[in-house]
Amino acid sequence: MNSLLASPAIMMGIGLFFGVILAVAYRLLKVDEDPRIDETEEMLPGTNCGACGVPGCRAFAEELIRGTAEPSQCTVAPKDEIVEIADFLGVDAGSQIKRVARLHCAGGKAEAWQIAEYRGFDSCRAAAVVSGGGKGCSWGCLGLADCEIACNFDAIHINSNGLPVVDPEKCTACEDCVVACPKDLFKIHPVNEHLFVQCSAPLEGDAILSLCSAACDSCSRCASDSNPGLIEMVDGLPVVDYSSGAEESPDATWRCSTEAIIWLDGGQFDQQNQNMTEGQKRYAQLR
Amino acid sequence: MGLLSSFKRSFSHGVHPAHYKGQTENLAIQRVPFGNRYVMPLGQHIGAPAIAVVNKGQHVGRGELIAKPGGFISTALHSPVTGTVTEISPQRTLDGSFKPTIVIEADPFSAQRVETTPPASWEELSIEEFIETVQQAGIVGMGGAAFPSHVKYSIPDGAHIDDLLVNGAECEPFLTNDHRLMVERPETVIQGTEILRQKLGAKRANIGIERNKPEAIRALEKVLEKSPSLPITLSPLEVKYPQGAEKMLIQSVYRKEVPAGQLPRDIGVAVNNVGTVVAIADLFATGAPLIERVVTVSGPGIDQPANLMVPLGTPVRDLLSFCGGLNDKTREIIMGGPMMGFPITSLDVPILKGSSGILAFTEEETARPHEYPCIRCGRCLEACPYFLNPSRLALLSRNRRYEETMDYHVMDCVECGACSFACPSNIPIAQLIRTAKDNLRQNPVEEAA
Repeated sequence: MNSLLASPAIMMGIGLFFGVILAVAYRLLKVDEDPRIDETEEMLPGTNCGACGVPGCRAFAEELIRGTAEPSQCTVAPKDEIVEIADFLGVDAGSQIKRVARLHCAGGKAEAWQIAEYRGFDSCRAAAVVSGGGKGCSWGCLGLADCEIACNFDAIHINSNGLPVVDPEKCTACEDCVVACPKDLFKIHPVNEHLFVQCSAPLEGDAILSLCSAACDSCSRCASDSNPGLIEMVDGLPVVDYSSGAEESPDATWRCSTEAIIWLDGGQFDQQNQNMTEGQKRYAQLR
Repeated sequence: MGLLSSFKRSFSHGVHPAHYKGQTENLAIQRVPFGNRYVMPLGQHIGAPAIAVVNKGQHVGRGELIAKPGGFISTALHSPVTGTVTEISPQRTLDGSFKPTIVIEADPFSAQRVETTPPASWEELSIEEFIETVQQAGIVGMGGAAFPSHVKYSIPDGAHIDDLLVNGAECEPFLTNDHRLMVERPETVIQGTEILRQKLGAKRANIGIERNKPEAIRALEKVLEKSPSLPITLSPLEVKYPQGAEKMLIQSVYRKEVPAGQLPRDIGVAVNNVGTVVAIADLFATGAPLIERVVTVSGPGIDQPANLMVPLGTPVRDLLSFCGGLNDKTREIIMGGPMMGFPITSLDVPILKGSSGILAFTEEETARPHEYPCIRCGRCLEACPYFLNPSRLALLSRNRRYEETMDYHVMDCVECGACSFACPSNIPIAQLIRTAKDNLRQNPVEEAA
């Protein structure tokens, strides 16, 4: 009888003992966490994309509470949610200029020649390790959709011309496509920078025009047509220097014979398919 | 050969592709006539590109220096012909990309004589002078990787080389360029081996040759019989791929394993290709820098296969037309061997220091076979000479989980292709692994703090 009572009593005693230790530890070692962190995290989209520059939504919420970040740095949440978060925290939403990924290449199937046929599995990275993928222009987009697969926001789609089209509304500038591209063609640009060079090939003149009809042939007319200091030719390509303070204008694009430099207002390649002649469209479909 | 050679000398794992050397193994090395355009990329070796020392329009003699080494891991370039520099501009090279290149137009009226003076006798040179001479002659590993040879000979303090191993395995199917060198110039092979052995201070030297080259073994044996005092041994090896990979060859000949991430010199061995050894012997005999190499042109897409002595920089197009051109069925041209070589995207790319063969294949060999799912048979594991897990690496790479491949030692893979060869489901394992490696090189994984 004795032993029957003794064992539960001992167990209860041990339980009580550790219970007291836990209760004391909870009081003494308690870390006060701002309850707003949890609530702010709830309000954020929860994609953990990293486009804001911090690793994940919780880390971003912590920065918001500390005041080291502005709500508008989150590029995924829609405007009204940003305002909601700003109201909740009693801070200014801030004004971040929207940034989007743009492709530094306009050589689709209709413009850039394929000099060899790639017959491996469909991945740009895999094609790039087999002698550059067979495209005549070794800097150009391979069009095998590594970026489309990498994009978590369904913002990139390969068009009928074999080029990735970025939907500026959906793009959050998270840089996943920048990392995925084996040819380093994606760069993140603020949407208010309108002049854009759609070519990455440093070759000049006929050497590059024989490979792609949309390439920059380094004629440097854009540099002379723009406000002084805005465009400079570096390694055979025009580089638009927005930090120079010179005002941008569409004048720079008017004399470009290949549309390698364009005035971008909205998404890339929006007009490309409409501008193609019937013959070009058929040719693009054939290849 | 004694009792020892009756043992099966080999490494574990590996595959047995048919060797297809019959087309060219009995064809003597032919010299190709000079063409008119020679293309010399500045970066045709591993390491820093060479720096051009000639200008556009300048007249250069055959064998004259046209680019100096761009650093220690870099080597010199010499003009393969007498002629005029017409451009120094980006030209398409082996991997499809454009690289700075010196283009030389040959002088059609020149006698194409190499005007060089032999360097001082090799016996008198100190090891530093020897290394300098080799670098200035532009000699690189001729097996395919084109790693500057002098770097291999620069042994750090404290280390020493006990064994010199000459690589005549030539395990790639179709290729017979090393085989022909050993058959036709056995004295030179032995001479070069002896120079290297003495300069590196190695006690012994071995020449590893696969058993499917009995003619080469006999030719070298005959030379060695004449001078029995030389500490050079022939090591006939099992016919198996990749027998000619540096670390496999060491394991086969010395039964020693080179630890992952280390070099053969860390265990006291120096490995050199037969072609490299011949280039060194030639350098000290005549002073000729590396301006030409033996190339095997073969494959089912070629009507007249040949072993050719080709000036570097010769466009592949010229070489193929010398061999009677391609036939109608040709679909793919591979530079190097069929297992590790690269398909080329343009016939204008030149023969480089590391180009051992030009192989033309037809639709029959190159059609992409239907791919089946991995059935976990483990044949790729049994094939991988580095004891990696190719199927796991391929699976991770296909699902774009490149960082995780690091846990499976993806960087130890030498891309020999034995796994793809062994796979019954036709999974392009080697390409998937190369994809992962390429991604990791471009986007390095940050070490966890």
